[in-house]
Formats: sequence, structure tokens, C-alpha cells
Amino acid sequence: MEHIVIIGNGISGVTTARHIRKLSDKKITIISAETEHFFSRTALMYVYMGHMKFEHTKPYEDWFWKKNRIDLKFGFVSSIETKSKTIYFENHDSLQYDKLVIATGSKSNKFGWPGQDLKGVQGLYHKQDLDNLEIYAPNNKVCKRAVIVGGGLIGIELAEMLNTRNIPVTFLVRESSFWNGVLPKGESEMINRHIKNHHIDLRLSTNLKEIISDENGKVKSVIIEETGEEIPCDFVGLTAGVSPNIDFLKNSDIETNGGILVNRYLETNIKDVFAIGDCAEQREAIGNRRPIEAVWYTGRMMGETLAQTICGNKLEYKPGHWFNSAKFFDIEYQTYGWVFSKPKEGHQHFHWKHNDDTKCITIEVDSETNAFLGINTFGIRMRHEIFDKWLTEKRTVDYVMQHLVEANFDPEFYKHFEKEILSTYKNQLQTV
Amino acid sequence: MSNKLNYSMSLAKPDAQNLSMIQKIAVFLGVAGLFIMILALLNVDFPNKAIFLTLSLGLIIIGTVIFSRDAYLKKTEGIKNDGVWFKSISSKGILGWATGIVLTGFYIVLYFYAELLGQGSNGEANTGVISLFDPLSQLLSGRPASQWFVYGTLYTVAILAFGYKFMLKYRHNRYEQLRTASVMFFQLGFAFLIPEFMARLNESPQYNLPYYDLKSMWPLNYYLFDSWSINGFLSSGNLGLLMLLFGVISIFVISPILTYKYGKRWYCSWVCGCGALAETAGDSFRQLSSKKLSAWKLERWLIHTVLVFSLIMTIAIIYSYLGSDPDKYWLTRPVFLISIGVFLTLVFALIMIFKRNELGKDARYGAIGFFVVIAALFAMHFTGTTDEIFLIKSSNLRSAYGLYIGSIFSGVIGTGFYPIFGNRVWCRFGCPMAAVLGMQQRLFSKFRITTNGGQCISCGNCSTYCEMGIDVRAYAQKGENIVRSSCVGCGICSAVCPRGVLKLENDSMKGRINPNEILLGNDVDLMDLVNQK
Repeated sequence: MEHIVIIGNGISGVTTARHIRKLSDKKITIISAETEHFFSRTALMYVYMGHMKFEHTKPYEDWFWKKNRIDLKFGFVSSIETKSKTIYFENHDSLQYDKLVIATGSKSNKFGWPGQDLKGVQGLYHKQDLDNLEIYAPNNKVCKRAVIVGGGLIGIELAEMLNTRNIPVTFLVRESSFWNGVLPKGESEMINRHIKNHHIDLRLSTNLKEIISDENGKVKSVIIEETGEEIPCDFVGLTAGVSPNIDFLKNSDIETNGGILVNRYLETNIKDVFAIGDCAEQREAIGNRRPIEAVWYTGRMMGETLAQTICGNKLEYKPGHWFNSAKFFDIEYQTYGWVFSKPKEGHQHFHWKHNDDTKCITIEVDSETNAFLGINTFGIRMRHEIFDKWLTEKRTVDYVMQHLVEANFDPEFYKHFEKEILSTYKNQLQTV
Repeated sequence: MSNKLNYSMSLAKPDAQNLSMIQKIAVFLGVAGLFIMILALLNVDFPNKAIFLTLSLGLIIIGTVIFSRDAYLKKTEGIKNDGVWFKSISSKGILGWATGIVLTGFYIVLYFYAELLGQGSNGEANTGVISLFDPLSQLLSGRPASQWFVYGTLYTVAILAFGYKFMLKYRHNRYEQLRTASVMFFQLGFAFLIPEFMARLNESPQYNLPYYDLKSMWPLNYYLFDSWSINGFLSSGNLGLLMLLFGVISIFVISPILTYKYGKRWYCSWVCGCGALAETAGDSFRQLSSKKLSAWKLERWLIHTVLVFSLIMTIAIIYSYLGSDPDKYWLTRPVFLISIGVFLTLVFALIMIFKRNELGKDARYGAIGFFVVIAALFAMHFTGTTDEIFLIKSSNLRSAYGLYIGSIFSGVIGTGFYPIFGNRVWCRFGCPMAAVLGMQQRLFSKFRITTNGGQCISCGNCSTYCEMGIDVRAYAQKGENIVRSSCVGCGICSAVCPRGVLKLENDSMKGRINPNEILLGNDVDLMDLVNQK
């Protein structure tokens, strides 16, 4: 019986395993050094915030794996010998595979800041990061102030987390406005204000120079690059993005760049070795997508695709229309299609914001054809299915505006804003 | 494992120290209100009971209001479940267990030892805490209080005070606010005030109305067809007849129509008194329901067994109430049994013909239930005498149901164990009304919870906060609509979802149940492959 070994029990690896099991009787082993069972990484924040217990983050009950004959092996892979198809573990154990799937995800970026490896300095990605957070920032007595470095999705989540335990937070953001490499100006600035409303000390256009240690090798303070200001703190969150977690492949024959290089079939340069999820890097970017996509949804899609290939139905990875979501404190964000921080050449933006400063939308439009290219929506839930359809049908922005109510996904009895949005749209259209 | 998890079991660091000064004062006021009742319980004779009762209930309400305002209005609008699993009360900690034990004790005393509360027997005046409520009862119905009046008052106060808290907690969510306003209205009006006013009517000899909460439907209201109840209605002129008729129409006509249009939520989380308490006072415990597959299996056996039990019990009661002489009244015992048999067979046949596929393996269990009831009908016919059924006294069957289901299951376990098993234990495992509505919701209703394409991140907030123990995430992460008989449509899964994935909707029946994995954002060819079985 063919033995499929999957390194990594995150969403990509587990999705692959589940779908292989649905399609075949192959022997499946999932290896992880993080946790015994699959959990939802995106939910770690809710454990710290006390919304959930860790066990709630596990999408499948513990008996699921045995019942579905998916073997789980707890261990840290130190190297891979692709000629003999052998995996070596840190404890000198080894395992043979017939096909290997690498789905090891990411690790937090560290950009060589002095003091980045001190105690109390960490990212937020792994279960172990959560455990450490409980040690260094359990409450505002142990942690009198926390500093977060890096204004992205994980940074703002970490700020929200610490805030729930009444720990004062200083949030250092390199850019002139929160996540403005991705979000258009109006949205980014609305989020700036929302962050400040939660009493976060948001410092824009501010870089970290170094992290200072106390006599025990624990963080004592940070120094700001621009002003030289020293901010005393007991915890530093490094949230300046993530990069593929592939150090263990250094001495293998598997070709890597930033991530593990794969073709559209998710195959690496070595036969029978595949890579999916955060750690995979497309040799050629697909459409507007980045070659490395550290997104929950793409990891899942790659897993589904690869399971087909492994079970004899060779399939290209062809993601559909781009979509994503996040939550910034109390404001939910969804995006469908492509909206760039500044309209691409030949495109323009339509922007509407509600008076209460917690709801807005931005639509990217092709100026020439008037085609609808994508929408960012804040504080209003929208239907994925409808936008997916409209993007496929290449609808015009006029059509989208007229039919926006069909896309509304807010709970019943919520106030609707389609009329207001439409009238703003009509006014703006006359000026552009 | 988070080292925070056992926090709540620690005596040394109870979470009370995290309360703000205002919250501490609020707790003090509320406890002071309760303390007056405890003093009354210990037979402290208050000089002016009306004033002290007002003070007691007032302090409890004011304490809850102040606490809630301090807890929620100081924060921005949004989901604020911070620290739910660190607080002793809401994570099965010491406070949770203590509250559970006190509540359970209260229910045991209420149901079985009302004299301890000061219930006067044989026309004697009330003493203790029940006498404290005499002035209010006199004001409303002109009668002295009883243990049920005390319970009803406290129940209503709890729903109003905690309903206010719930509305503040979800002040960004109009669905939750309207729903809560609705249960508060029905509790205060239909369950509390109207029956008291009906008792006023009974002062006239023309009326002999039984206690009747108009919104409480059979089989939840299992005593509707008891002989005392029916006699009461029948001896109260047109009004009594109208009420009895309303009771029958609500279960056979009103409920099926509303459940078809809106799902069982129209009742369970907008109208029902049990639901009202669970959603307001019980809201802090919703996350404690078990999401295990084994709990789901237990739930399905238990709730349908209770339904069959209540059905047989009610048929038996009506059967022994009826006569056999067709000249006296057209509805005789044989006619009654035959019509019930025909009705049930019709329902069963229609389900089997039109919904066989949706039932799958469950059809077998449905058949078992059906044949048990039909067999019971035959047994009744052959063993029934004036007061015996199945060779036992029919009143024994009724009292067994009242004791084990009506009191112990719905009260002692259902509410007493809120802080241990969650706030919907009764609704999930025991309520025969929920079983009836649930069956219809699963098979003939426009209601479903829609999943938003591929947006689910499997975080588990929805499952954690589902009071009915539905593993919502299991559906959402597959892009599958949630059509479950147990869903009471409280809307909290949708509210706590951080990615806007869930929406409660009434839409067409077509395509409501979609067992396929439809995860948008994916390649279309792949989706076709994934869905090939």
C-alpha cells in the first residue's frame, strides 16, 4: 500500500489527508512537532482572549484520526533524504515514504533587530507562541506594557488580544498608515482611528531600532529608530509578516527560494515530493497573486487539489477569484476580487464610508470598460457566492451598484446602506 | 495547553478581583436584594411586606442593570466574550458549581418541599418567603401567593433584568435585540400577568379557568388536557371554550405555519418562556453545552423518547376522560383512538413518501417511534377501563410524567444545571415541543443558516457558543447550510463569527439542504470532482 507522508498538520496538510482518505485507501501519516492534533491556527487569539479553550480550536474530535485511519506522528523533522525517500527526525528516528507532502507553514519574520531573540520577544503563529505569551504577558502586573512591531493582520490581532487583558500596548507601524500597502487610504485611515479608539498607542511611520535586555536576558525596553525614544516594556511582539518554515530542507535536494518551489501541479523538482500552503512558492505567480500565499483559504484549496493529483487524477492548482477576510477589533473585513491600495493604471476607486466611521466599501473599477474588478467591505457582510458570480460574469460596476442588496449578508433586521451607497456612487461618478 | 485554563478552579484567585468598583457595588446591591429574601425564608417577619418585597426585587434589578451598564457600555460595540473561560462562574469553576448546586437545591425545594418556603397548607396563611410575595399576588390576582407565584415572579424578574443585560451585550445586533424584547414581552404579559388576571375572572362563579399561559403549547404544556384543566375550560363559558380551542389550534395550525415560514426559532427563541430564561439569565452558560458527537446521539434518543412518552401520556389522559356512549358526546374513546391513529399514520406516511431521502437512516428510528405509539393505542383499547390503562392507573402515568419530565428534567436538571451543562439542556434533550418543531424544521421549513461560500476559517467560535451543542463549524468549513432540527435560531453563531460566514435566513425550500462541499474561490473543475461521490 502506498504510504503518503505529510509533514505539517495545519489546514493544508490535514485537508490533503482528509481528501486522500475520501478518494483512496492509501496509508496516510501526518507529522507534526507543534501539537498532537490539528487545530485552527486563526483561532489561537481567541484562546488568549478567553473566548475559547484550546480544545475548541480543534475542528475534529480526537477519535476522528483513528477512525479515518490517518496516523499521527509527533516529532520534529530534521532532514529529508529524497533518494532513499527517508525522513529523519531530531531524535534519530526515521520514516519511509512513497509520496511526500511538505506543508510546514510559516514562521514569524525577524529582520535582524538587536535583541530579537531575548526572552519576552516573539511572534504569534505557533501554539508555542501562545504558551509563551501566557508566560510573559499573562496580565498587566507581569506585563506593564507591550510593544508590537509590524502593522499587519497578526499585529492588530495581537494588539486586540493584549488589550483584553488590560495590558497597555504601543503599536509600531513602519508605514504611514495601518496596512496601507494593501488597503486603500480611506479604509486604512478608518482602521487607524479604530485602533486608537481602543486606547492603543499607535505609532505610524515608526521603526524599531533595537530591543534592550535586562540582566536576566529578558526584554526591558525598545528603542525607536526615528526619535531614539526608549519605551520600557515587558513583552515585544514581532509581527512583521511571516516566511516559509523550511530550514530543515537546507541540505536536501529539494529546490527552494523564499519557499519550496513548485509548479502548477504543486510538484517540487523531486519526483513524488509536493509542497502546499504557506511554505510553497509558485515558480510563476498566478494572476495578481503573490508566489507565496500565506492565507488559510489557499492552503485549503491546495490541499484539495493535491489530494486529487496524489490519487491519480492529476490536477493543476487553479485558484478561482481572489477572496480574503479579517477582523480589525470590532470591524469585519471581507474582500472579493482585486482592490489595490492605489488604483492600478487604467483603474479607479469608488469609496463610500458611513458616518459612524466603522463601515465602508471600496470598489475597483476598470475606467475604460466600467468593469467591476473587486470590492473591499468593512462592517457590512457580503455574499461570497454573489460576488464570485458577478466576477465570473464580468459585470459592470453599474450593475453591481444597482444589485448590491442581493449581496448583503448581514443578519436579519440590520440597517441597510445600499441606497446611501448608490446615491454616493451617482454623485462621485459625475465628478470622476 | 494554556496555563490559564484551571484558573477558575483556584480558590486563591477568584475572578471577583477583576470587577470594577461599580460592578462590586452592583453585586452588593443584588446580593442585598437576595438577602432580604433569605431573611424572609428564615421567617424574619418584615413589618411592611410590600415595601420589603419592592426593595428586594428592586435591588436585584437595579444591581443587574448597573452591573450590565458598567460591563458593556464602557466598551465599543461588538462581541465581548473576553475572559468567558477564565471566569469561575462561566467555566465550570467553583462559582459555577456553587451556583448550580444552589439552583438545583432551590428547584428541589420548590417542587417537593414547598412548605420549607412557607407555603401555607389547608388554608393557613403563608409564612416565610412566600408570605413576602403575598402583597404582589393580592394586587394582581386578589389571592395570597403560592410557591408558583414566587417562582413565576422571580422567573420574570430574571428574564427582564438579564434580558436588559443581553440587549446591552448585543447592542450592535438588532436581531438579538428584537428577539430579546420579544421574549421579555411574552414572559411578562402572557406567562405572568395574563394568568393572574384570569384568576381575577375566576372570582365570578361563571368562570373556573385553569392557570393557562396562552403561549405555552402542548406538549410543552403537558397539563393542558388534564381533566381539571379541561373541566376548568369547559365550565368557563365561551371564553373557556375559546381558550381550549386556541390551545388546540396553536399546535395544529398556528405552529406548523409559523415553523414552515421561520423555523422553530419563532417559538424557541422569540416566544417560549424556557427559551426566554435560557437566552437571558442562561446566556453566560451557553458555551458549556457539549459538542461531542456522543452528546448529539444521546440528544436524539432522549428527546424523541420524551416526545413518545408525552404523546402516549396525553392520549391516555384524554382517553380516560372520554366516555364510551356515542349518544352523550360524539367523541367517544374508540373514535378518539381511531382518529389519533389515522392522523399519526397520515403524518408518518407523508414523511416517508416525500422526505424519505432526507431522513436516511433516521427513518428507521422514526418508524420505531411510530409503531410504539400505534401499539400503545391498541393496548389502550384492550386494557383501558375507566381509570386504568395498560393495567395501571392512568393518573399514575400522568404523575410519573409530571414528576420525571415536568419537574426533575425541565426544572431541576434543565435549569439547576445551567452552570454545568449549559443553558439549553431541557430544550435540547428533553422538550417534546422542541422535538415536534424540530422534526418540522428539518423537513418542512424555509429556515436554514446559510454559509458564506469559502470564508470559514474553522476558528470554532460558532460551535463554542452554540447553546444547542451543534457543531456549526463542521458545516461551515464545508460550505454546507446548517439545517438541524435542534437549532433554535438564537443567532449567536452568526454574531460571534469573526468572518461573516453565517446568516439565519428564510428562503425557498429548494436547495436548502446542500450536502455537497461547495467552497467558493476554488477552481470550478475541482469542485465538480470533490462532489463526485
